[in-house]
Amino acid sequence: MDIKNIIRSLSPNERKIIPYLNEDVDKISEKSGLDKVSVLRSLGYLQNKNIVNISSETKKIVEIGVNGALYKKKGLPERRLLNLLNEKRVLKFKDAQKQSSLSDEEFKVSIGALKKKAMIELKNNKIVLSTNNITKKMLEEIFIENLPLEYDSLSPEQQHALKYLQNRKEIIEIKEEKTINIEITELGNTIINSKIKSEQLIEQVTPEILKKDSLWKGKRFRRYDITSPVPRINGGKRHFVNQAIDYGRKIWTDLGFIEMSGNLIESSFWNFDSLFTAQDHPVRDMQDTFFINKQKELPDKKIVKAVKLAHEKGISKSKGWKYKWDEKEAKRVVLRTHTTCLSAKTLSKLKKENLPTKFFALGKCFRNETVDWSHGFEFNQTEGIVVDKNANFRHLLGYLKQFFEKMGFKKIRFRPSYFPYTEPSVEIDAFHPGKKIWLELGGAGIFRPEVTVPLLGENIPVLAWGPGFDRMLMDYYKIKDLRELYKNDITKLRKMKFWMK
Amino acid sequence: MAVINLNKKQFESEIGKLDEKMQNKVAMFGTPIEKIDNEDVEIEVFPNRPDLLSFQGFKRSFLAFLGKKTGLKKYNLNKPEKNYKVTIENSVKDVRPYTVCSIVKGLKLDNENIKELIEIQEKLHITVGRKRKKLAIGIYPLEKIKLPITYKALEPDKIRFIPLESNKKMSGLEILEKHPAGREYSQLLAGKTKFPIFIDANKDILSMPPIINSQLTGKITEDTKDVFIECSGFDKDILNKCLNIIITVLADMGGKVYQMNVIGKKREITPNLTTEKMKISIENTNKLLGLNLEKKQIRQLIEKMGHNYNKETVEIPSWRTDILHEVDLIEDIAIAYGYENFIPVIPEISTIGKENKKEIIKRKIAEILTGLNMLEVSNYHLTKKDDQNKKMGLSEKNKEKFIELEESKTEFSILRTNLTHYLLKIFSENIDSEYPQQIFEIGKVFKADKDIIEDENLAAAITPGNFTEIKQILEYLSKMINIKIEIKETEKSKAYFIEGRVAEILINNKKIGFIGEIHPKILKNWRIKMPIALFEINLKEVFKELD
Repeated sequence: MDIKNIIRSLSPNERKIIPYLNEDVDKISEKSGLDKVSVLRSLGYLQNKNIVNISSETKKIVEIGVNGALYKKKGLPERRLLNLLNEKRVLKFKDAQKQSSLSDEEFKVSIGALKKKAMIELKNNKIVLSTNNITKKMLEEIFIENLPLEYDSLSPEQQHALKYLQNRKEIIEIKEEKTINIEITELGNTIINSKIKSEQLIEQVTPEILKKDSLWKGKRFRRYDITSPVPRINGGKRHFVNQAIDYGRKIWTDLGFIEMSGNLIESSFWNFDSLFTAQDHPVRDMQDTFFINKQKELPDKKIVKAVKLAHEKGISKSKGWKYKWDEKEAKRVVLRTHTTCLSAKTLSKLKKENLPTKFFALGKCFRNETVDWSHGFEFNQTEGIVVDKNANFRHLLGYLKQFFEKMGFKKIRFRPSYFPYTEPSVEIDAFHPGKKIWLELGGAGIFRPEVTVPLLGENIPVLAWGPGFDRMLMDYYKIKDLRELYKNDITKLRKMKFWMK
Repeated sequence: MAVINLNKKQFESEIGKLDEKMQNKVAMFGTPIEKIDNEDVEIEVFPNRPDLLSFQGFKRSFLAFLGKKTGLKKYNLNKPEKNYKVTIENSVKDVRPYTVCSIVKGLKLDNENIKELIEIQEKLHITVGRKRKKLAIGIYPLEKIKLPITYKALEPDKIRFIPLESNKKMSGLEILEKHPAGREYSQLLAGKTKFPIFIDANKDILSMPPIINSQLTGKITEDTKDVFIECSGFDKDILNKCLNIIITVLADMGGKVYQMNVIGKKREITPNLTTEKMKISIENTNKLLGLNLEKKQIRQLIEKMGHNYNKETVEIPSWRTDILHEVDLIEDIAIAYGYENFIPVIPEISTIGKENKKEIIKRKIAEILTGLNMLEVSNYHLTKKDDQNKKMGLSEKNKEKFIELEESKTEFSILRTNLTHYLLKIFSENIDSEYPQQIFEIGKVFKADKDIIEDENLAAAITPGNFTEIKQILEYLSKMINIKIEIKETEKSKAYFIEGRVAEILINNKKIGFIGEIHPKILKNWRIKMPIALFEINLKEVFKELD
């Protein structure tokens, strides 16, 4: 920036102090009529513009204390006692204190001080003056008279006096004083000596100025320091998990999927039995799943009968799990452990004429877990089913690949897995380029005939998946601990970046 | 989730070098590597493949998968010798009705083998055995046993023996009460009048399944050459499969397997390695997998998974527990084909996507409120009893009917009936954040009436804030969604509001919620030193109006 522009960028306050930059801060404040804070702030801005260099140093200053100021006027107690003794020569202890009108403490200190200087002697409860030279000023007296002094430049004698007085009550006080040194740069000198200072510049553009052309036409606007920091502001926004969920929803609707929704509290029948999960499967333990001490009614008998058959003896050439299926167990109420229960319900209501069709869900599920960085008792899952006579395993992989690509996972792999309700089953891993490992993202498969036949009435392939959703967001939001997702730290929520996909 | 530990050196000398390619193969076989270091490899085994829960079992199947030893592996069974007999007495019928048994001889066990046998036993107990409930396995050194053996049930006080890890004789009940293993599994015999035991010809008790073996017979050691194996439980099919899993492992270790006569109501000879046969259709396979495999390829792939194939029929090993249906064989073909070799494709079927209407409305409400500079928060559906009741000044009498979980591993043991207490909780946890703070949440709440009621609520709260300011927000929302919302004075307000500064919110004369200023005594409970105003409404009427 050339000098002209620099001058045009000077704020009114900066202009006010420029003539007095040779003075100290107090003087500048006095002469410019600005308070000290404004002066300091303006000096900072001038430094940013390279007009001055500001340095500050802290000095320790020895100042006179409350009592010290009094003694400076009346004389130190030991001086007052000495003066008295000079008249009387010898005095009884009691009389001395009375006549000197010193406090107990002052008297005691004075005796000590004079004794130490060998100016008095104590004999038989009497004080005897033992010097004739009482006029010479004591070190302490000289010291007090000379205050204030800089701590670092005290002479040895002064240091001695300080040490002695410091122990006495509020005679002296040591303060830290910050002094600011202003050094005018070469550029500063040029500017101080230039004449453009008097040019009229427009500060804020106000409605008043805009009323009359003449108020702004042909005038210059003060240049701003566009680099100087401004206070932060906060905006309203969606919770970051919900931003991502909306995006997930968009992916599925774009791909032609219809959204399913339903209750978080569900019967075991829909959560487990209809999905060919045997009643003694460990996932149905209270250790793994949240149960509620209630019952939910089962759906229509035809479906229940078919599900029972699938478990007990098998259906559609399956061997089944071969055990006695218990209706009571199926009525037990759980917090859904997966959104797959929505898929099962949807299949049971599906009309054949609507095939092929595709559905999705994205919502909360529950597991009875303790909470740590990688686990929680609540998590989001994204569910999808494709019901199509011609659907096959490669289609399943196709949909999954598409979804994960859109979620930002470029390199994924499919590997064999196991779920009671799908066959073939597949697990999706994504490669983490930073950690150089495969991360498990979730499971998928084709519903078994033991699932589809009771629900659909015939074995139509149903591609199905239900990867956890929350873990997919962690990298994007740079979250290492799943607990952060629902912590609701307002400061963090305000700073959290948007889901820009 | 079952994870088994393999010795890396053994893996590399008997299977192959565990480089990146091999590690990938292991994952693609369906047994992902959990951990790998210089000495051990940990792999996860899914619950459908208990036959992979040991190094020998894994090696057998994995070598076939690698194409090295494909097809069904044959094992020789020797006929029962004299006294190779187990008698099942009728007394076990109501306790633990079945057992299947075998004898394996000529073993040369080293430390690794013994570790493997203990591990497979434990893993089978946990997985297929459902923590020994369904099935328990015993392996005994044969030299300490005098054949034949009897499986029967006795009253607990008539059972007396020294259990493993103990030094004195205990009764059946004492074992359940005092022995660590007894205590851990006592549930499995609870309420039974008789406990099952295996007892030999000398009348020595070998074990009390599914709890513990006797000290007398002891454990297998490096000196053990011959062993007796029994599986007891309720489901004979599963028992047979498990016995097969174990004896094939022992055979792979070099043992000679002998059958035994197991005599209950009927005489049976166990183990029984008879294979199962299942048809597989080439057409179904190709249709489900989206491939174009020929018979020859199917044969190769099926054999890679350790089965035999003949005339569209698969001969399935007798230790596989997971083949219930043709689709299970089709998955095996897919695994052998290699999941990495499938080319993903999106079919061209046209369907029209559709979002749930409620989700759209909820999103719009959120947009309206964020436009007012409000921050959306997201809380758990589960909550703590004290947060919802005590801290909100709700006594036992006037609290809402909440739903309690039967068991929770954390303090979060009930379902939330409202969002309000969670918003206060957030304010109390954010007293260091810059003010003003304006937050809202849309989410499910749950109430227990006769039935379970699951509703969607909206709550918005501001601090510092007063009635006027929160009413402004509510009215703005009402205008933007174009639904007339009324505010009415109420007598029956929630206890946590200031009296005279609280109102009912109504749509079409139906009560949908409350609006008001929070009482200082409640703020004090939450250690909040800023005034709060908030509202919470049920969205059911809003959904209805906008439908």
